[in-house]
Amino acid sequence: MSETGRQYWRSLQERANSPDVERWLQNEFPEGATELDAPSRRSLLKLMGASLGLAGLTACSRPVEKILPLSKGVEDYIPGNPMYYASVISLGGTATGLVVETHDGRPTKIEGNPGHPASGGACSAFAQASVLGLYDPDRSKTVLRNGSPASWDDFARFAAGHFDPARIGAGERLRFLSLRVNSPSLEAVRAHALARFPKARWIEYEPISEDEILAGAAIAFAKPVRPHYHFDKADVVFSLDADFLGLDSNNIAYIRDFSKRRRISSPKDTMNRLYMAESRLSITGAMADHRLRMKTGAIRDLALEVARNLNLDVPAASGPNAKWAAALARDLARSRGRSLVLAGPRQPAAVHALAHWINHALANEGATVTYTETGAAPELPALKQLAQELRSGQVETLVILGGNPAYDAPADLRFDAVMKNAPVTIHLGLDPNETAGLAQWHLPEAHYLESWGDARALDGTVSIQQPMIRPLYGGKTAAEVLALIGGYKDRNGYDIVRNYWLPRWSAGDAEKAWRRALYDGVIPDTAYAPVEPALDAKRVAAALAGTAPPASEGLELTFYPSAATWDGRFADNGWLQEAPDPITKLTWDNAALVSPATARRLGLETEDIVAIAAGGAEIEMPVWVQPGQADDTIAVALGYGRRRAGRVGRNVGHDSYLLRTSAAPYVTGAAINRTGRKYKLANTQHHFVMEGRPLVREATLEEYRKDPDFVDKIAETPKLFSIFGQHDYSKGYQWGMAIDLNACVGCNACVLACQAENNVPIVGKDQVTRGREMHWLRLDRYFTGPEDDPQTVTQPVACQQCENAPCETVCPVAATSHSPEGLNDMVYNRCVGTRYCSNNCPYKVRRFNFLDWHKGLQEVEKMVFNPDVTVRMRGVMEKCTYCVQRIQEKKIQASVEGHRELRDGEIVPACQQTCPADAIVFGNINDPNSRVSQLKKQTRRYEMLAQLNVKPRTSYLAKVRNPNPELA
Amino acid sequence: MADLAITRELNPPLITGHPSYADVTAKVSGITEGRMPRVWYYAFGVTVTITGVLIAMLSYLALTGIGVWGNNQPVGWAFEITDFVFWIGIGHAGTLISAILFLLRQRWRTSINRAAEAMTLFAVACAGLFPLFHVGRPWRAYWLFPVPNDYLGVWQNFRSPLMWDVFAVSTYATVSALFWYTGLIPDLATLRDRAVTPARKYIFGILSLGWRGSARHWRHYEKAYLLLAGLSTPLVLSVHTIVSFDFAVSLIPGWHSTIFPPYFVAGAIFSGFAMVVTLMVLAREVFGLKNLVTMKHLENMNKVILATSLMVGFSYLIEFFTAWYSGNMYERYAFYNRMFGPFWWVGWLMVFCNVLAPQVFWSKRMRTNVPVMFVVSILVNIGMWMERFAIVAVSLSRDYLPSSWGNYRPTYVDILTLTGSFGLFFTLFLLFVRFLPMISMTEVKGMMAADAPHQVGEGL
Amino acid sequence: MSPLEDPVIEQPEPSSGAAAAPAEPQRQIYGIVAEFEDPHELLKAVRAVRHRGYEKLDAYTPFPVHGLDRALGLKASNLGWFVVGCGIMGAFAAVLLQWWTGTIGYPLVLGGKPFFAPEFATPITFELTVLFSAFGAVFGMLFLNGLPRYSHPIFEHAQASRLTDDRFLLAIEAGGENFDAEQAIAALEAAGGKHVEVVAE
Repeated sequence: MSETGRQYWRSLQERANSPDVERWLQNEFPEGATELDAPSRRSLLKLMGASLGLAGLTACSRPVEKILPLSKGVEDYIPGNPMYYASVISLGGTATGLVVETHDGRPTKIEGNPGHPASGGACSAFAQASVLGLYDPDRSKTVLRNGSPASWDDFARFAAGHFDPARIGAGERLRFLSLRVNSPSLEAVRAHALARFPKARWIEYEPISEDEILAGAAIAFAKPVRPHYHFDKADVVFSLDADFLGLDSNNIAYIRDFSKRRRISSPKDTMNRLYMAESRLSITGAMADHRLRMKTGAIRDLALEVARNLNLDVPAASGPNAKWAAALARDLARSRGRSLVLAGPRQPAAVHALAHWINHALANEGATVTYTETGAAPELPALKQLAQELRSGQVETLVILGGNPAYDAPADLRFDAVMKNAPVTIHLGLDPNETAGLAQWHLPEAHYLESWGDARALDGTVSIQQPMIRPLYGGKTAAEVLALIGGYKDRNGYDIVRNYWLPRWSAGDAEKAWRRALYDGVIPDTAYAPVEPALDAKRVAAALAGTAPPASEGLELTFYPSAATWDGRFADNGWLQEAPDPITKLTWDNAALVSPATARRLGLETEDIVAIAAGGAEIEMPVWVQPGQADDTIAVALGYGRRRAGRVGRNVGHDSYLLRTSAAPYVTGAAINRTGRKYKLANTQHHFVMEGRPLVREATLEEYRKDPDFVDKIAETPKLFSIFGQHDYSKGYQWGMAIDLNACVGCNACVLACQAENNVPIVGKDQVTRGREMHWLRLDRYFTGPEDDPQTVTQPVACQQCENAPCETVCPVAATSHSPEGLNDMVYNRCVGTRYCSNNCPYKVRRFNFLDWHKGLQEVEKMVFNPDVTVRMRGVMEKCTYCVQRIQEKKIQASVEGHRELRDGEIVPACQQTCPADAIVFGNINDPNSRVSQLKKQTRRYEMLAQLNVKPRTSYLAKVRNPNPELA
Repeated sequence: MADLAITRELNPPLITGHPSYADVTAKVSGITEGRMPRVWYYAFGVTVTITGVLIAMLSYLALTGIGVWGNNQPVGWAFEITDFVFWIGIGHAGTLISAILFLLRQRWRTSINRAAEAMTLFAVACAGLFPLFHVGRPWRAYWLFPVPNDYLGVWQNFRSPLMWDVFAVSTYATVSALFWYTGLIPDLATLRDRAVTPARKYIFGILSLGWRGSARHWRHYEKAYLLLAGLSTPLVLSVHTIVSFDFAVSLIPGWHSTIFPPYFVAGAIFSGFAMVVTLMVLAREVFGLKNLVTMKHLENMNKVILATSLMVGFSYLIEFFTAWYSGNMYERYAFYNRMFGPFWWVGWLMVFCNVLAPQVFWSKRMRTNVPVMFVVSILVNIGMWMERFAIVAVSLSRDYLPSSWGNYRPTYVDILTLTGSFGLFFTLFLLFVRFLPMISMTEVKGMMAADAPHQVGEGL
Repeated sequence: MSPLEDPVIEQPEPSSGAAAAPAEPQRQIYGIVAEFEDPHELLKAVRAVRHRGYEKLDAYTPFPVHGLDRALGLKASNLGWFVVGCGIMGAFAAVLLQWWTGTIGYPLVLGGKPFFAPEFATPITFELTVLFSAFGAVFGMLFLNGLPRYSHPIFEHAQASRLTDDRFLLAIEAGGENFDAEQAIAALEAAGGKHVEVVAE
């Protein structure tokens, strides 16, 4: 492995041996390479030179160990055909099973693993984009000792001496810090290491914490348990500031379960009802039938109000929302055992406990919410203690296995400063981040797509993490490094994982079971057994009594994870950085979200730079006036303003961790002052009102039942006729799509999936501000109702594949024309780029290559491209093709298999495949039994701008909300 | 002579000062033979420099991509197509003066038609640049002409208005050139016969095709000229009609409108005449042609400007009325947006310059006042550019889906390219007045002969 | 009534046979050319000369002189037929181009429109018709006039350099029946022509 590393250095020396290349080698971060639009030629040449030899070496290296594809074995691998392997990705301590598409040994596309409980075939935007992270040219490429290149052998030699028990003893002054561990094999290695150094301590820390959730459960049940929610069983859901469809959950199974209860096919069907109380408008709030925007701190009172209405003996609390709470309580009571109350991570433990109590009172335990034992404990206290020990110099050796505490630890712990007090700091990380810069030893971590491991899903199900490619930069996993440090019996990932699992199966079929596990992507019977803990109401009541009512006046500042960079770890991922935030539609930035009313009161406008003071610190950042935000609150996304990151992520946005203290990690009071300066924000949707146009059509469940044809009443389509006879599309396959606006939660996964599948380029912040973003599939977000407290609708819009396509008529060179199967084909090599088609497209879904977006791309970056899709040059138009490459692939396969008919659902475009809500359905509209035909038969079906007689092939199913009649 | 006597009473002679044939020849040819006035060299220096800027900008564009312009999604067309329509429009007055007025026996055209035709050619040349360079891959622009694609064998899409445009504009350019050259032949012969240096003798000898003014030739020549005029008249009307199809045939609110063909043609003549006035006022001053290009010429052109301004104004009115009366929310919004949207100032500037300013020409004093007509003609040109911008870019910036509405800001490249096109236009025009007779001597003499049976000859 | 219109020219006497026969021309002559100062004199002269029975005449003028072709007895130009022919060719070419490429050459479904329809074929058909007609008019004219031509005898005349300026030449061309140089000279001089010269071929 380190061989590749050395090779890389050597090849670089040969290419360029100017002093500044030397310097660049030393610090590993090329200077002034942040701007994506105009990367300086020189630094680019250096970088390209650097990665050339490497890319050549590793492009096609499969892991040496035997791995098994999901579909077919390596033996009958046909060059050029993609191979699919089961693997798993972990985020925030929970895992999602994946199927990874590889081309000639290069992972190019991530899909969910249908057999995995947390995935069900779908996966999140983060998972979709993670493949780009693998090929990030700014990843750690070598072991660094005090910032200068070293080798793994150097480290091994050092470790052998340093961690020699004879020297380090029981490890009194040895501390391990890692991200949340959800890998059984890593736990085994950890157990071994801790056995070797009994006095050493291991701290897990994730900036996006679940401390209050665990603490709340501990209060309610007097023991550490973890709640699991079953939205598919819940008729009424009350979310106390829990964005469970979005950023407060890494378990996308929640989206799938929830949307199951939103999808209706006839007026007779029933829907669940979602009540939401929150300060920041989240995508969960956008889906809510009743949304109460209020200060995060005030939600406690609302919860108490509801509890009292359910005759729970809780402290009195007077909220302004008595009527709302009463109606909600009645609704909950009506559906005992079929209701669900949950609280979000920003809520104090007591509120979580109260939620459990309410569920208990409503007999939801075991039905809509179940519990499992957990070893997890609140993390912040342990981290505080570690910081304390560091400050007082009690720590000699700090081993940081992943994570970036120097950047994302609470500011008051001054982790970056105290870290230096430890004489020896070892940091294992994917990229040379802030923490790496402070550690003596920085070790390149292996990406999950290039290393062996295993991971537990939220429900405990374990999956084996298979590598698809040998580590590009010779990185190692936490388990491997820990094995080296702790003298574990196995040293490389494969042995560690395999030898951990084999003994767990009866000797006879262990090998078979192992192969099975790799093949299926899940290990059977590894899910936690549910427990039925006894709820102790007194403890809950006591805890509630302990909590103070919120400060009514003053501004409230809340932090939330970024939809793009999560906690900052994805800052270098261009796809995520450019993916518009589902609610604000901001790219490449975070901003201080304030409500229109608050903005008026404080005299603020969007793009004003303000100084926000909180937690004894002050930062400057731009304002974004966000409808739906609670008054007198500011919401700020974490994970921006990285000071040490790659060219993509460095200094993007503003670092809000500086305001975050261990005392108030999520909610705090804040002061805000205008600076009078302005800041340009890159936003992809400037206008959020529909102007009374029937683009997204919606009704309440009652209205729908009264009048199933309401969509046609909203906008009657005139009698359409054409002076020309229409072409005949009645024969053969005719592709079409139906998008259920009722199911779509607007999670962005489809946008990222489309980007990954179709080699959609990113253009950078400056170009986004000029309105040149390239996404083929976009989520249009509209607000309806009052500006301060609007309802939100989201509409995925890609090419509608019109039968009478206006774009085709006007193209002078016939570069876009219609296929016999009704696809609106785009012929890139015929396009001269008049942009007339885009002008004439009423949906504005066409995207033009205004510049060469791939200029100066490095070899390693090109490895992510999907070889089935052309990479477009500058000056040509592009757009959604219904993933024509996938259609062709399946058609060829079908004809190879004896010219058989294609089965419905055999062809799945990238957006549909990854949609956790199953809102997008593609298929043959000539087949009356296909799912898409069935959906198009629904009375909710309509076509956008049908009056233009363009005959779109994409239909929408109108949104139906299910408000409580009492609150109407 | 009775009829002539009457016409002379009705309208004053178009050539004042009773020059002889020789005087006309000497005066007009003299300009191309002698040294240019100093101001010509200053002007030429300036325009050539600006043309250089144009070349620089176009090279930068071709090498870097359309991204150097302000265009974006949804505003796929902005400055470039605005400039294209603007220049094509300018061209129209030339053909109108030379062809339509010829057919209508408007004798006052004679001393200005040559310059007007030249203006047409140069304007069309400038216009042609924009569609050529606005494509994303200029090196593939030849695919817009009816040749099968190199390796795909695909043919052009003749259902596309842009394809019609290619044919219309290239036909227009060709026919205008032929018309212009045909008119030039006898004058070229004059220059040949006056030539003293062998070089001039040789060049004009070639160019004049051995013309000798034979009566047998004149008979075919006049027929050919008449036919060309007859062909150019429907052609000039068709060109802007087809240019307007680019928009009318689309379905974008603000583009999709059946009134466009007449509306665009009127606008074209309007802006074209304004440009002729601008040029002629200057030429008159610089080359002292007050006796050939008389106040009557200018006044007549101002009358045309006034008339077409009313037509344009009426078109605006109809457009807004139709949008309102259609009850179509998208149409209505498009026109609301034109006057009250982010680009409101474009809308109002257009109304002021095109509808209000020319109204001063109702008064004879105003339309015979050179400074006034000069200012108005400039205003009209600005206004007409704004009109095209309002139609092309402002309509695009806000069409059907509010989610996709965008804004537009031109870059310096946009602005310098437009400026540069003016540089090219005036460079060509200055070269024209330097080397070719800017007034058709043949026609002037012909008219004098008809006017005055016995020439007097007091010199110009 | 303009004096141009009424030919009041007295019948000349047939010249007496006593007149000496003209010197045999050394080389083939083009004809006898006289110069006039303005179109009206020219017209008078043309009528006078034709009266004497000279039919093979040509006049050279700086601009088309109204009524000159009638006076010379030239019949109307037949250029129109050229133009009509070319126009039809243009229309045919345009329809062929659009029909063949759309239906046979490379049929493509574009915007749900038919492969060929007169609706969208009209503009290009019109344009090509005009284009071809224009070519017909210009090149037809040149063809009928035998232009371009490098040289011509008329340029031998002393005043030729002014025939594109302010002089009007009338030529009695040799080769007409009963052409006689002397008489022609006389006729032209009688008609008021100056610089009456014998111009060689």
